[in-house]
Order: sequence, then C-alpha cells, then structure tokens
Amino acid sequence: MAALDTTTKVRDEDVREGVDRETVETVQSMAGTYKHGWETDIEMEFAPKGLNEDIVRLISEKNEEPEWLTEWRLDAYRRWQTMESPDWAMLDIPPIDYQEQYYYAKPKSMVEKPKSLDEVDPKLLETYEKLGIPLKEQMILAGVEGAEEAPAEGRKVAVDAVFDSVSLGTTFKDELAKAGVIFCSISEAVREHPELVKKYLGSVVPQNDNYFAALNSAVFSDGSFVYVPPGVRCPMELSTYFRINAENTGQFERTLIIADKGSYVSYLEGCTAPKRDTHQLHAAVVEIVALEDAEVKYSTVQNWYPGDENGVGGIYNFVTKRADCREARAKVMWTQVETGSAVTWKYPSCILRGDDTQGEFYSIAITNNHQQADTGTKMIHLGKNSKSRIVSKGISAGFAQNTYRGLVTMHPKALNSRNYTQCDSLLIGDQCGAHTVPYIEVKNASSRVEHEATTSKVDDDQLFYCRSRGMDEEEAVALVVNGFCREVLQELPMEFAMEAQALVAISLEGSVG
Amino acid sequence: MVFPRQKLLAQKRDAAEARLAPLSLPQGGKWITAARENARARLSAMGLPVKRDEYWKYTDPATLTAAEAPEAALFQTADEAPLFDAQDRLKIVFVDGVFDAAASDDLALEGVEIALLSEAAQSDLHWARDLYGALEADGQKPVERPLATFNTAHATEGVLIRATGKAARPISLVYRRRDAGADAVLHHVVKLEPGAELTVLEDGPAAARFNQVMEADVADGATLHHVRAQGRDHERRTAAHLFARLGEGSVFKSFTLTANGAMVRNEAVIRLNGKGGVAHIAGTTVGDGAFHHDDTVFITHAAPGCESRQVFKKVLRHGAVGVFQGKILVEQPAQLTDGYQISQALLLDENAQFLAKPELEIYADDVKCSHGSTSGEIDPTSLFYLRARGIPDAEAKLLLVLAFLAEALDEIEDPSLAEDLRERIENWLRRHAD
Repeated sequence: MAALDTTTKVRDEDVREGVDRETVETVQSMAGTYKHGWETDIEMEFAPKGLNEDIVRLISEKNEEPEWLTEWRLDAYRRWQTMESPDWAMLDIPPIDYQEQYYYAKPKSMVEKPKSLDEVDPKLLETYEKLGIPLKEQMILAGVEGAEEAPAEGRKVAVDAVFDSVSLGTTFKDELAKAGVIFCSISEAVREHPELVKKYLGSVVPQNDNYFAALNSAVFSDGSFVYVPPGVRCPMELSTYFRINAENTGQFERTLIIADKGSYVSYLEGCTAPKRDTHQLHAAVVEIVALEDAEVKYSTVQNWYPGDENGVGGIYNFVTKRADCREARAKVMWTQVETGSAVTWKYPSCILRGDDTQGEFYSIAITNNHQQADTGTKMIHLGKNSKSRIVSKGISAGFAQNTYRGLVTMHPKALNSRNYTQCDSLLIGDQCGAHTVPYIEVKNASSRVEHEATTSKVDDDQLFYCRSRGMDEEEAVALVVNGFCREVLQELPMEFAMEAQALVAISLEGSVG
Repeated sequence: MVFPRQKLLAQKRDAAEARLAPLSLPQGGKWITAARENARARLSAMGLPVKRDEYWKYTDPATLTAAEAPEAALFQTADEAPLFDAQDRLKIVFVDGVFDAAASDDLALEGVEIALLSEAAQSDLHWARDLYGALEADGQKPVERPLATFNTAHATEGVLIRATGKAARPISLVYRRRDAGADAVLHHVVKLEPGAELTVLEDGPAAARFNQVMEADVADGATLHHVRAQGRDHERRTAAHLFARLGEGSVFKSFTLTANGAMVRNEAVIRLNGKGGVAHIAGTTVGDGAFHHDDTVFITHAAPGCESRQVFKKVLRHGAVGVFQGKILVEQPAQLTDGYQISQALLLDENAQFLAKPELEIYADDVKCSHGSTSGEIDPTSLFYLRARGIPDAEAKLLLVLAFLAEALDEIEDPSLAEDLRERIENWLRRHAD
C-alpha cells in the first residue's frame, strides 16, 4: 500500500554514497505539498445538516440496524449533550458548530448496496486507485489465482475502504473466510454477526467515555469489523482506508477488532482527505479486545489534510483508540505515524487487565506550519507482570505545536509490572513548540517505571556533516529526522514503513530556511 | 443546563466565599491594605481549590482550605538536638505563627535590613510594597495558586528581609508549636539587591496547619541559598509557596527536607528573568505511615542562557504517598536554555504510592531540556552485593537509601548544612528501619 508517487526517476549520479536513496527520492518527488488534496466529483446522498435525535435514528435506519443499537446510539447522544468538549489538551481550537456538519454522506451509487466490488461505481474505485489502493485489481487477482495458490511473493493485504460515511467494499473476503476470519464493515457485522457486535461494542470505549467517543457512538456510520477465531493466525494483513470526500461532512467511523484466544492479526489504517478552506470533523473510535494469548498489531499512517501553510482548513482529528488485553498474555502494539490533520487529539491506549499482558506504543508525530497535535498513550496496568513500552518521537516545525501526553498507571495489584517510556522532541525553527505531559501513577513497590524525555533541535553538527557531503539543507534535515524516527519506523509493517518514511520528509518540506 | 466546568468554578467560588465570610481583612497601613484588598478580590474571582481541580489531581486540598484547622497532636522530638543549632546564625522564632521576641536574636545583621510584617504593615509606605503579593500575583499564570492568594490577603506576620551586601551569617527562621489546633499564616518577603548574598534557613513544624508564602526577588548578580526542613510532626498540615524572580546572572538554590506530615503541599514558582540565571530546586521526602507529600514546581525560562535543575527524591512506606508535579516552561526568547528535571521514588513496601507529572513546555528551539522519572523498590542486586560482603540487611538498606537520596542533598552548596540534613535523614531512616 504505497500512496507514494515514485514516478519521478532519480538519476543514479544524484544518489551519493552513504545517502539513503529512499530519502533522496522522496524529497525529489515530493515537489508539491499535500498529495491527496484532490476531490472526487460524485453524486452524494446527504442526511440533513445538523444533529438531533432524528438524525441519529436516520443513520441507524440507513444501516438497517436492530432496535437495541438505535437505542444505544440515542443513549450516547443524550449523554453527549450533557458533556463538554475537553479543554485540557494543548490545542487552540475555535468552537465547533456541531449543527453545521453533515453526519451522513453516501455516494448515490451506493444507495443500492452493490453485491460485490465489481458493481461498485468505477469512479469510487478510481479514487482509491489514485490513492494507491487498487481494490479491484486485488480482488480480480484473488479470483484468478485462487486462494490456495496465492503467490508466494508479494504480501497480500485485505482492504476495507471507507468513503465518507460508508464502507465501499472489502477485498479478499473469501480467502479470509476460509481461515475463519471475519473482516467486513461494521454495518455488515451488525447484520451478519449481531451476537459478536452486541457483546463487544462499547465494552472497551463506553458511550460516555469522553465527548468525542459519545459523539461517535451516536452517529458512527461505518468502519471495520474484525474477528479472528481462536488459534488462527490471520493469513494476511488487514487494512482500512478512510477517505473523507464530501464537504462539511464529518466522518465518524467505528472499528472493532476482536482477537480470540491464541490468535494473531496485523491491522493497518490509512486516511486522507481533499484540500478545503474549512475545517472538517473526524471523530473515530477504535476498540480492540485481545483474549488469552492473542496478539494484535495496529498500525496507522494518518495523513488527513493538514490545512495550508497559513493554517487555513484541515481536518480536526479527535480519535479514541483503546485496546483491552482482557486475558492473560494478550499483547497489543500500537504504531502510529501522525503527519496530517490541522488538529490531532489522539491517545491509543492499552488496558493491561490480564496477567503477563503486554502493551506497546510507538509514535511519530510531525507537525508543520500551523498544525497542532496533542497525542500520546495510556498504559493502565491492572494485571501482574504486565509490561509496557512507549516510544514517542515528536517533531515540530513552522508555527506548529506538538504535545506528548501520556499516562502510565500501576495499580496496587499489578505486581512486578514494568514500564519504560521514552519521548523525544525535535524542534525545527524557533516559532514552534514541543511539550511533554506525562502522568505517572505507581501504586505498588515491585513495579518499575522509568520515564525519560528530551527536547532538542536538529543537531548543527549532523546537518553540517550532511551538507559538507553535498546534500542541500532540506535533504539533510530529512535524513537527520528519519534517523531520529528510526526506532518507530522499524516497528511498522514494510509497506507502511516506506510510506511513513516518505511522509516524514514531505511533512517537513518548507520548514527549513 | 449547567456544564461540568461552570459547576466546578461555582464550587470553587463557593468554597472561597465560605472561607472568607467570617474573616475580615487585618488592619494596616495603605500599602498593605491595597495588597490585601487586591488579593481578596482575586481570590473571590478564582475560588479555592477543590479535589476536582486538575492541579490538585493527586492531592486533596480539603483540609488546607477548611474553615477550621484540624487538630494535630504535639510531637516530641527530644531525641534530636534542634536542627542548625551548631550553625552561626541569626535566629527568628515563631510559635504557632506568632513572633517570639524572647527566643529570637536581635534583628540586626550587617548588610541586611530585617523587619517584621506586623510592624511594617502599620506604616503607609514600605520598600516591600513593590513585592508583597506582587510575585504571588505574577505566579498565578498560567496556573492558579489560590492558597497563596489567601495568604497575601490574611497573613499578619512574617519577615521582610532586604540584603544589600554579603550577609555574614544565615538568617534562620524557626517555627515552633505550642497549641494542638493552631492555624498559622506567615508571609515573608526576601529582596536581594544586585550582588548581594544571603542564606535563609527554615525549620520546624510551625503549626497544626501552616500556610506560608515566601516571595524572593533576586536581583542581577545576587545569590540566595534556601535550606528548609519541615519538622517531624505526624499530623501537621502545610501549604507552602515559594515565589522567586531571578535577575541577570543571579543564583537561587533551594532545598527542602520533608519528614512525615499528614498533608504537605510545597509549591515553588520560579521565573528566570535575566540572562544566565541559575535556579536549582531540590527536595527529599521521607514518609512512613499515612502521610501525603506533594512537591509542585513550576520553572519559567523567560531569558536566554539560563540553567534550571529540579531534583526530587522520595522514600516512602506504610501507606505514604509522594507526589511530584514539575514543569519547565521555556518561552520563545529563552534560547540556549539548559533545563533538567529528575523525580525518583523508592517504595519500600507495596502500600506506598508515587504519583508524578513531570512536564516540559518548550517554545524555543536551541535548548537542551530533559526530564526523567522513575519508581521502584531497592535494587535486589545491589542489596545482594552488600549482603555478600557481610553488611547486615538493615545497614545495607540504609546505605542504599542514603545513596539514592545523595543526588538531592548534593544540591545544598554549603557542606556543613548538607551534613546537618544528611544526619537528620540518617536518624530518621534508623528510627524507621522497621
């Protein structure tokens, strides 16, 4: 899944000894700024603007949901009305008018649900192809060769593509079904697997968890659903690609991943949106349940439209992501590369409930121009011998503000637990800010908690070294920054790592000088 | 519909109103009356802290803001000679917050002007006018510290110290107790003129409940050392605020030893205003039992080339809770800042708690800032090493705990003062060996 345009060829003589070819290519090919800022011109069906109980009912009705879910949404909506938008993050956000948004937008051609990807409007498929995600090709490929004789080379990734409010389709469904893995849109899961949805929905992030989670619970339109049965190692990586297209439309997706005993799944998430002058709202919820011995790897490359260099437009990204390591030895790993969005408010967390559970969080957050990011994690240790590791790299350039906010808590019963946190910030330019706000709560003696954080600027000696070897300043900065991020980039699945590495360079473009 | 944030503010204002209603402003001259009225108005607007305040997340302020001070049994400390007794010092004694002239030395020291707040407050004009309540008011942004504002409005005693040269001996403030229910409010102002040098010592439990503010203005090239030990009384409650403003090339070093105490909140609010200033804030906490110790530090780098250090070490057992909230704020002009912060806890049993929020907020790019925070038990490998060399278990543990605390004690520049405190800590650890 490479959204990176590598059509620009790099002449061999341009690549100098000791220089990461990738970095040079990236810097050269990314002459423009945001690459995914175009818009698909397609007829849409909108629910009326604004938010009230009727809209909540309408969304539920459109998704053909059972009564209990409609009530569940209404309950969330009522709770949301009593709540306030959180103000504790280091974010400067003008008040959001929630009545000026569309809460449901669906491509007209999707009103009659296509039975397979073949029936999907080619315009929509083109959109994803343009983003580097050839849904149809992969589908055909799977059909031709058959699942059993899947090519040995090249990794397969099953994709669920979400366009504004609806899921367009999911690839490789048959092959996954053979392994017993359920991978579909959440609206489909509500219809096909109601018992699983009812059991787990809201069990990790309850409706009233926070302001944005409550909003999402009320109006979520679609998202992905994954169930990996006991003992199954998911045969391929699963991926969801989110695209906001329509104007003034909020996207509220809800992802639910259940890894049953002894299973394993790796899940990737990508997101983009067109360039617009107005801010757009995105409030997502991701819930992960990992049962005994299960392992879930969740990777995100978040590249929503960040606004222009003057801070006009961009996505407001308010996301609640939480994993519950519910039983012994469950393991969850969050990896995120946050380069997009005007505002990011996001704390992927782990509840380490079972004994010997493990949570990991690797993050790169890059802010440039007028972007603001307040992101981090929570590691809540409840079980004995639980372990967590946090590595966060924040990079700030231009007029951007970048905050790491985290919580590590060792409950009295979480004996012999261990946490290691490292958060480093890098400042490029003297008009930006980098902040660290960790909360550390240790309630027993046998646990060890270590936190360290540093803030520095791009090292002049390193820059000079690169410059003296003929790199221009932007290349040199990109190289140094990629080095700074390496610990996190290494944790990403291969396709993502390349995209992320490229993004690191693009996001900082124009920040030097 | 009343939203939670409005409700919180209303609750805080109600708490302030309830606390202030029975109290009238103390009588005084023009300058102090202006400062007190201003503080009272500010307090009514911001309200008193309540448990739901984010800044009080780990410490319940209820007993510090209540109308009545909860009683605290008097504690016998006959097993130890009074601290700093061997030091050549100028002693100023307060008993339950009231100045004790008979027990105090003559308030005369070359190069230093010393006055009591109760006396200075009677005149209409005083040099302290520009500082009293002013540093406290500056320290309210970006985080409110209402207990200090309460102090500015209602303190009737304290010392006003102005140093113009190098003081020959330290000024030692001694806080004794007599009454089990005394509620003391003291407000000190310390002003160092350019190039002046002074050491201020503080020790003693002070009162059943003690609300203390010290405002320190350290001018260009001046040096202020501050060493404090907060007494051993189990049930005492303390809210202490230290506001310091540092000029160019000035030095301010403060160390606090906290032993026991049912509720102790020590706030230090330091602003580095001139180029090349140095501020070190250190503290050691030893707690055994139902004690709650909160060190809250906020250091602002407003000028380039300054250095700040925060070093806090806590040894806790049997339900003691240690809190550390530390912040380094580097403003945009403060390039070439060197900021360091470390907070560490040694938990000696499974009942102790360490709650920390070590923060960095940085708006300048050419800086070197780092912080670290750790929590754990005594390292079994180190213990084994010492035991294998024939050192008894209790002694080995004592050695390791003292080694753990050494980094904080090293922040005390005067070796004889450092030794006084080290001895105190060692005595405490021996008494609490099991």
